Formats: sequence, structure tokens, C-alpha cells
Amino acid sequence: MADSNVLERLYRQMLLIRRLEEEAARAYAQGKIGGFLHLYIGQEAVGVGAIAALQPDDYVVTTYRDHGIAIAKGMSPRAMMAELYGKVTGCSKGLGGSMHMFDAEHHMLGGHGIIGAHIPLAAGAAFASKYRKDKRVTLCFFGDGAASIQGFHEGISLAALWKLPIVFVCENNEYSMGTPLSRTISVDDISKKAAGYGIPGWQFRGEDFEEVQAQIGKAVAQARETSMPSLLEVRTYRYRGHSMSDPGKYRTPEEVEEHKKKDPIAIGKQKLVTAGYDEAKLKGIAESVEAEVADAIRFAEESPEPELSLLEPTTYDGPFAS
Amino acid sequence: MTQMNMVQAITDALRLEMRRDPRVVVLGEDVGKVGGVFRVTQGLYDEFGEDRVIDTPLSEGGIIGAAIGMALYGLVPVPEIQFSDFIFPAYDQIVSELAKMRYRSGGEYVSKLVIRTPVGGGIRGGLYHSQSPESLFIHVSGLKVVCPSTPEDAKGLLLSAIRDPDPVLFFEPKRIYRASKGDVPEGDYTVPIGKARIAREGDDVTVLAWGAMLYEAMAAAEQASEQGVEAEIVDLRTLWPVDIDTIVESVKKTGRVVVVHEAPRTCGFGAELVSLVTERAFLHLEAPPVRVTGFDTPFPYTLEMDYLPLAHRILPALLETAKF
Ligand SMILES: Cc1ncc(C[n+]2csc(CCOP(=O)(O)OP(=O)(O)O)c2C)c(N)n1
Ligand SMILES: [Mg+2]
Repeated sequence: MADSNVLERLYRQMLLIRRLEEEAARAYAQGKIGGFLHLYIGQEAVGVGAIAALQPDDYVVTTYRDHGIAIAKGMSPRAMMAELYGKVTGCSKGLGGSMHMFDAEHHMLGGHGIIGAHIPLAAGAAFASKYRKDKRVTLCFFGDGAASIQGFHEGISLAALWKLPIVFVCENNEYSMGTPLSRTISVDDISKKAAGYGIPGWQFRGEDFEEVQAQIGKAVAQARETSMPSLLEVRTYRYRGHSMSDPGKYRTPEEVEEHKKKDPIAIGKQKLVTAGYDEAKLKGIAESVEAEVADAIRFAEESPEPELSLLEPTTYDGPFAS
Repeated sequence: MTQMNMVQAITDALRLEMRRDPRVVVLGEDVGKVGGVFRVTQGLYDEFGEDRVIDTPLSEGGIIGAAIGMALYGLVPVPEIQFSDFIFPAYDQIVSELAKMRYRSGGEYVSKLVIRTPVGGGIRGGLYHSQSPESLFIHVSGLKVVCPSTPEDAKGLLLSAIRDPDPVLFFEPKRIYRASKGDVPEGDYTVPIGKARIAREGDDVTVLAWGAMLYEAMAAAEQASEQGVEAEIVDLRTLWPVDIDTIVESVKKTGRVVVVHEAPRTCGFGAELVSLVTERAFLHLEAPPVRVTGFDTPFPYTLEMDYLPLAHRILPALLETAKF
């Protein structure tokens, strides 16, 4: 039986992520957030459970569906929300937006908008850990769609060859944008591809954060102790469209409702009830989450936009053509 | 004539050509059942089936590489790259294979295909949904590069591109996908590749523009007109092979040239245009050529409207160049 403090902390994290994103969706509808906003709603147990299996100074690299993972890695909700709002107080100074969650302090090596591009990069970070003998592990997330692009194969192939301390986590939510997995890949379990690189791989479901933590924990231990990389497939589901502009007509409402019955937040809450949490205690958690979300929104709304003069020095060291 | 926006005009061209020529196939991410993220291929899957409207995995290198192979075997593929920002995994295929196939095979094999891809800013998309990489392709010998600014041109140019003997990159300015509306001829017609269009006549300064920025140049020209400066606007339509004759003729008349593009300035297509004009009309120039462009930085999320060379930045360039 897990320590109830740990249960509470992880449940709270999932709830915080859910509520932050729900409010981000609202702000998007009001035009306060622009461009592309990919929500993690439904998949929270994967990021939270996986990162709970890490040490604080381990590295995390992920895709553009990155808000939840950044929060789980320790990014402040203020820095995240301000970035979505395009404010200078955001984690990327408001110049990047939703897909660019970087936080050096918490070893969050970014959200990455180009599918697959970050996978070799994660292998490089793991190489640096091995080189420095610092015993850090890199956790690299990507979607099922990424398993078809070059970066996936190149990154895993290098990690396997060089025996790097890295865990590749494929969050299989059954769709790559509007196209189901069955139409875009020849296997039904992406972890099977591990065999081709000579590394371990396995698959599990990702609605229960404790299960995720345990499974990823095994892979992280192998990576840390024997520098053996692995490729895991976590079965999950996103409740919302691919991004805010996707009405998701390629799925039936019944399919979505069926998945919502396994809501990771509800499963987490049930764990707390089983551990003896009463209504008042659960309400206390929810209220503290609401306060943190409201604070992040207020902070984002009140922060200034970046100045134009920030663009060039943020691009490179210079000099610039006049 | 039918009123259409640019999305409808492009769909119309694809449908027409697929009905006419059974060698034409469409492939790309979400282009089939979903009809593409911008719905440009909507309806094609239902009409032509999954053998001709192919949903691919997320794999730009695979999409373009396979399209090149299909073309070598006599098909006429029209792959879609979802955003031109995502074309780079296929850059090697385009640069090393596609552009050089005719040359490498001594003219025996030509990979004629058309890569369609949305381009440019204006949708708050930030750095990976806004870029304008045209000069990276113009620089590669062996490719033709097109960027229409009206629905009528989009349809006519796409039909030309699909029938062209060489590979064509067809950039679709997403900011005006639905905002640009106009009369589009029904049925088959073509707009020739390599021919620019005078979008506005004027004697005082020549403006070279294309895609979504054409409209910004037009707006700036109207404002300049109120101050007594008449700009002549050349809508390039085809970026390569560029219609240098039309450009030079206009510059010889006005003696002044302003180039507008969204891409960063350094080594942008504006640099080439200014060189060409200078080489051919040096003695006619009465003012230094001017470029109004994006900045030499990534495309920002928040400061998009500062980054884009909108009318308020074009106007002073027109006035100052005219008065120089
Ligand atoms: C190289 C590249 N091609 C295309 C895209 C556009 N795109 C963004 S997300 C996406 C689908 C990704 O699906 P998946 O990997 O399953 O992740 P999910 O969105 O389901 O989390 C596509 C096609 C991109 N960002 N990068
Ligand atoms: Mg997916």
C-alpha cells in the first residue's frame, strides 16, 4: 500500500494539470491564447506516473503535447500559463507558446513541435549523462504517430548501440491527429519495435498512475543501473480533439465516453478514498488546486508581452545585419 | 464563373485533374478520410477511393521519397505536406533525389510531381506553423516554385503544375486560404507557370510581392496613392522560374523597386530579386532597392504582427523610395 502522502501529491498533480488545461481551453476560446493548443486531458496518469518514477535531476524530453509533463516535472503553473498567453514571464518568454515548455531548473528539456526530432536529441542527453557518469536517466516521450518518422528510428538505434541510460515512452492514444493507428502503422504494439534494436520493450495501460510509476520504474532502474535503454508503449486516450481547432469527428461520442469511464483522475480519487480520505479532505485538495490555477491565470493575464527587442538576442549571440 | 475561396479552388483543381488523368494520386497525413487539416482534399477520398487518396503515416521523408518513386514509374503524385514547416524531414529527398533526378539520369528519368504545402504566418501559429521557406527550394536547381495569391490563380496554376514536366513546389498561403474569395472559371483552364501578373498599375515605384503579402502591398499602395505615390504591384505567382521580363519592364518605368516577403531577410528571395533587377536595370534605378521582410529570427508566437511585413511597414518604404 503506497504512502498516502505520495498518493495525495500525485493525485493533486493530475488534478492540477487537468484544471490548468481546462482553463487554458477556456482562455483559448476567448482568444487570449492563440495558435495551436494540444491538451493532455485523459492522459495525465502517464506523465505524472512516469515522472514519479524519476529522481528530480533526471531529464525529461517530450513532444508538443507537453503541458502536463512540464507541470509533473516541476514547472510552475505561472510559467506555463504565461507562455500559453504569450507573455514575457512565460517559460519561453512568450516567444514560443504551447509547444515549447522548457525549464532548465527542473531538467525539462522541452516540448518539441517537430514530430520525432526530439528523439535523437534525448539520446544525446542520455549520452552526456553516461559520459559524465552522473547516473541520470533521460525519459523521452512521444506519440504513436512518431513511430513512423526517421527521428524515432535514428534515436532509438543510437541509444541501443551506445547502451544509453534512457527510457523511450510511446504514449499510444490510438490516433495520430485524425487518423487511427490501424491506418498508419503495421503493428498493433509499438513496443514490439524494440526487438529490432535489441533492447527490451513492453506494453501496459496508462490510466492508473501507480501502475505507470511501477512499470516505468522498472525501466528506469535498468537504465540507471545497467545503462540498458528500453521502449515502452503506454496505452492511453485523449478526451479532447488533437488540438483546440479539431472537432474530432473521426471518433464516435460512444468511443470517447467509453474511455472516460477509465478517467485517471477518477481512479486517483478512488485510491484516496480507499486510503481513508473523506469528502472534506478531498474538497481541500480541490480548493488548493483551484487557488493555484486562478493564480496562474491572473499572473498570465497581468504579465506584459515581450518587447520586440527580445527577438534578436534570443535567436543567437549576434551580431545581426542591420 | 463561381465564387470560391482558395481552398475550394484548389480542391476543384485536384478533383478535375484526378477525373481527367488516372495517373494522378494524392497522398499525405490526414488527406484521406479527414480531408486534410485545412480540408483541401475534402471529398476526394469518397470520390476516388483509398488507392488514389492515400492516408500516410507521419513520415515526410517517406511521403516524398515514395512519391518520387511513384513518379519514376509514371504516376503523377500530388503529395501534401501538412505545413511547410514540416517539410524538412523530406528536405534530403527533395534536394538530393527529386531535384536532381533528371540530371543524374541524363534526362532519362524525370520525377514530375507537385508538392502542395501551406505556407506563411498570420494564424498565430508560432515558429512551427508560420514559416516561409521558399528560398531554400528556389536555391536548389531543378525545382519550380509557385505561390498563388488568388483562388483563380491557385486553380489555374495547380493545373499547370500537375501537367508540368518538372517537379513543382506549390506553396499555399494559409492566411488567405478562406479570406481570399473571387470568381473562378468552371472547368479546365490553366495559368502559365513563369508568368507574373500586374496586380495594380502605377508609375512611381514597383512592388514585388506574392501570396498573402500581395494584399498587404495592395493596402499600402492605396494609402500611398492618397499621398500622391502610385505603386505598380507585380504579383509574382511563380517564384521560380521568375518572370524577370515583367519585373524589369516595370522597374524601367518606375525606376524604383520594393520587395515584400514574410521570410527572413538574409538570403530571402528578395536578395535574388534585387540582384536580378540591379543586373538588368541598373541604369534605370533612381533609388536603392528596398526589402520589407520578416526578421532574421525564428517566427515568433506573440509578436507575429510585428514580424510580418504588413501594410504599415510597406507604406513608409513606398513613400521613401518614391521620394529618394
Ligand atoms: C514532422 C512533423 N510532421 C507533421 C506534424 C504535424 N502534426 C502534429 S501532431 C501530429 C500527429 C501526432 O500524433 P501522435 O504522434 O500520435 O501524437 P498525439 O498527438 O496523439 O499525442 C501531426 C501530424 C509535425 N508536428 N511534425
Ligand atoms: Mg497519438
